[in-house]
Amino acid sequence: MTMAEFTMPSLGADMDEGVLQEWLVRPGDRVRKGEPIAVVETAKSAIEVECFETGTVDRLLVDPGTTVPVGAPLAMISAAEKAAPKRAPGTAGKAGKGTAGEAGRHRPEEAAQKPPEPAPGRQVPGGAVPAPEDGTPGSAGPLVRHLAERSGVDVDTLHGTGPGGRVTRADVERAAAPPPSRQRITPFARRLAGELGVDPASVKGTGKDGGVRAADVRLAAGRPAREAVPRGPVAPAAGAAGPTTMRRAIADLMTRANREIPHYYLSTTVDLAASMAWLREYNRLAPVSERLLPAAMLLKAAARAAREVPELNGFWNEGHFTPGDGVHLGVAVSLRGGGLVAPAIHDADTVPLPELMAGLKDLVHRARSGRLRGSEVADPTLTVTDLGDQGVESVLGVIYPPQVSLVGFGRVVERPCAVDGLLGVRPVVTATLSADHRATDGAVGARFLRVLDRRLQQPEEL
Amino acid sequence: MSGEAERAMRTTTYREALREAMSEAMRADDRVFLMGEDVGRYGGCFGVSLGMLEEFGPERIRDTPLSESAFVGAGIGAALGGMRPIVEIMTVNFSLLALDQILNNAATLLHMSGGQLPVPLVIRMTTGAGRQLAAQHSHSLEGWYAHIPGIRVLAPATVEDARYLLAPALADPDPVLVFEHGSLYNASGELAPLTEPVDLDRARVRRPGTDVSLITYGGCLPKVLAAADELAADGLDPEVVDLRSLRPLDEATIDASVARTHRVVVVDEGWRTGSLAAEVCAGIAERCFYDLDAPVERVCSAEVPIPYARQLEEAALPQVRDVAAAARRTVG
Repeated sequence: MTMAEFTMPSLGADMDEGVLQEWLVRPGDRVRKGEPIAVVETAKSAIEVECFETGTVDRLLVDPGTTVPVGAPLAMISAAEKAAPKRAPGTAGKAGKGTAGEAGRHRPEEAAQKPPEPAPGRQVPGGAVPAPEDGTPGSAGPLVRHLAERSGVDVDTLHGTGPGGRVTRADVERAAAPPPSRQRITPFARRLAGELGVDPASVKGTGKDGGVRAADVRLAAGRPAREAVPRGPVAPAAGAAGPTTMRRAIADLMTRANREIPHYYLSTTVDLAASMAWLREYNRLAPVSERLLPAAMLLKAAARAAREVPELNGFWNEGHFTPGDGVHLGVAVSLRGGGLVAPAIHDADTVPLPELMAGLKDLVHRARSGRLRGSEVADPTLTVTDLGDQGVESVLGVIYPPQVSLVGFGRVVERPCAVDGLLGVRPVVTATLSADHRATDGAVGARFLRVLDRRLQQPEEL
Repeated sequence: MSGEAERAMRTTTYREALREAMSEAMRADDRVFLMGEDVGRYGGCFGVSLGMLEEFGPERIRDTPLSESAFVGAGIGAALGGMRPIVEIMTVNFSLLALDQILNNAATLLHMSGGQLPVPLVIRMTTGAGRQLAAQHSHSLEGWYAHIPGIRVLAPATVEDARYLLAPALADPDPVLVFEHGSLYNASGELAPLTEPVDLDRARVRRPGTDVSLITYGGCLPKVLAAADELAADGLDPEVVDLRSLRPLDEATIDASVARTHRVVVVDEGWRTGSLAAEVCAGIAERCFYDLDAPVERVCSAEVPIPYARQLEEAALPQVRDVAAAARRTVG
C-alpha cells in the first residue's frame, strides 16, 4: 500500500496560492480518481479540485480557511484498493494483512484513543484519524447490502458509522435519501442577492419555513459577507470570491498581459452562409434541447484552426514557446455579478459538435454558479471570447498569459456582400486574433484566420 | 381650489352617475337608445333609468320581453344597422341566456366579416352578491366574459368611472360589456368634472403604497380600500390597484405596482378556480417572477352557489378581514 500526497494544485498560471475553503470528504472516505474532494478559492472563484487517484482519504492536513501555497500537501491519500488499513496489528482481521504495518507507521502512537469521527475542520496537520477497529469501512451485512442494492447505493463508497466502522442501515438510508431540500428563497430575494453580491446560502431566512426574503438579503448585504453564517459542508460556494477580489485578480492579470505581451491584431470577415444554412437544417431535425448555437460552431472552428496552426496553441514561458498538449479551448464567460472566467473545454478540436454544445452549456452554467473544476481552469491553451450576444461586431481582446493568442468573435450580422460578381445579403461574422508577437508573426496569425474561414465554409466537417 | 371648481365638485351616487351618463349620451347622439327588462315604466330593476322614459319617450327607452337572447340579438342588429344601443341585462346570471348572441355574434362578426361589420354595442349588467338575492342573482361571472376576444369588459368601481366610462364605451367600435356591482348603486362619492380624456385600457392606482399590491376591481374595491386602511393603521403601506378594465388587462400598471411592492394579493369576488384572479396571478408569475418576494395570494369567493342566509353569504364572499389577513401573510 502506498500513501500519496494530495497537494494544492495550480489552477492557472497566475496562481501561487489558494485558500482551502471546504473539504468535500472526510478521513476514511473512499475517493475515486476525478472526484471533487475539496473546494479551493482562488483569487478568481471557488474551484472544485479533483482527486488524482483512487483510494482512501487518510488524513486531512489543512483546516478550511487556510491559505496554502501551490504544491503544499493538503491531504494524504492511501492508494490501496482496500480501505484504510488495520491499525493495531494485534487485532487485525484478515482484511488488515500486509498493509497494516505500513499504514501504522503513519500514525504511530494514537492507536487506542482516537475520538470517533472528528469533524474535518478540527483536523490538525499530522493529526490522528480514526480508523475502523475491525473489518473495512465498506464491510456490511447482507441486509445492508440488499438495502443498498435496492436503493442504488454503492456500499463501498459509504463511510460506516457502526461499530468498527461498519456500514449500518442508517448509513445506507442517509445515502439514499434525496439531498437536503433546496434553500427556500423568493425569486426577488435571489435576484437581489445577485445584484448585491450576497451569497444566498449564507443568508438566514426569516420567512415561512425559513424562506429567504428580500429583507434578509438586504440585512446580509449590510454585513461582511464572510461572517454571515458558517457554511455547511455542501453549501454552494457561489460568490465566495466577491466581485472585488475577482476585479483585482483580473486587473493584475490584464496589467501583466498588457505590460509583457507585445500584441498584434488581425481581423477578417467570414461569410457564414454555408454554416448558418447547415446549422438551420441540423436544428430543424434536432430536438429543442439538442439544438446548436452558432457559438458552438465558431468555437469548434477555432479549435480546429488551432490544431492546424499549433504555433498559436500553447504557452510563452521563460522566453520560449511550449505547445499545448491538445487544444483546450478557454471560453470567456462573463459572470452576472461582474467579472469573467475562462474555463476550458478539453480537446475541443476532437469533441463532436453536439458534445461541445452540451459542454459549453454545462460550463457556462457552472461558471456562473461558481463551481468549476480545477482541471477546467488550470490549462486552457488558447482562449476564445464571443461577444456576439452582447451585440458588438468585433472584439480585439487581451491575451490571457501565458497563452499566446486570443480569438474574438462578434455578432453574426447580415451584410451586403459581393459574391461571385453579384451583390447578395449574407450572414457574416468578424473574427479577430490577438497574438503574442514574441511567439509568432503576422503570417502565422493570418494563416490561422484563413484556416478558420475555411473550416466555417465546411460546417459538415466540423 | 377655485370657487368655480368647488361648485363643479359635487356628491352623487353611482346609480345617478350611470343615469347622467346615459342621458348625456342620448342627448348628444340620436342613435343612442336604451333597451332591457323594466327599463322604461318601472325605471330599471335597480332604478338606474328612473325618469328617462319621461324625458326620451318609449321610442328610445324600450321595455323588452323577458328574453335575453332576443333583445341582446336585437341590440346587435341595431348596432350593425348604425345605431348605438345600450342594452341592460338585469343580472349577469341571466346574461347566460344571451351568451350565444354575445359570443357567437357580437364578439365574432367583425372578425368573420373581414372587418366589415363592427358591432358598436354597449351591454350593461349587474353582477355580484351581498344583498341576499341568493344563488340565481348573485354570481360574479365577468371573469368568463373577460375570456372572450372581440369584446371589451369594464368594471367601474367608483362614481367617477360610472359617470365617465359610458361615453368612450359607446364610441368604441367593438362590443363593450359594463359590469355594475349591485352593492355599488347606492355608493355615493365626490364627482369632479372631467378634465382629461378617459382611457378605457388603464387600471388605476387608488391608493399608492410600497409594501403590498392589493389588486382588485368592481364591488371588491371598497372592501379592499377598507382593508388597506386597516393595514395602514398597523404601519403597513399597501397599494390598491383598481383594474377597471378586465379585458384588456392593464399589464403595465400591474407590473409597475409589483415592481414597487414585490408582494401581491389579488381580490376577486368570482370563484377561485379559473378566475380572473387566476389570470392576473399567472400574468404576474410570467412577467414579474424576479420581482416577487412572497407567494402571490388570492382572496376569492368560496366555491359554492352564493347562499341566501346572511351569515352564510358573508362567509362565502371576500371580506375586509380576509384581504387584510392575506396581505399580512405576504409581508410575514
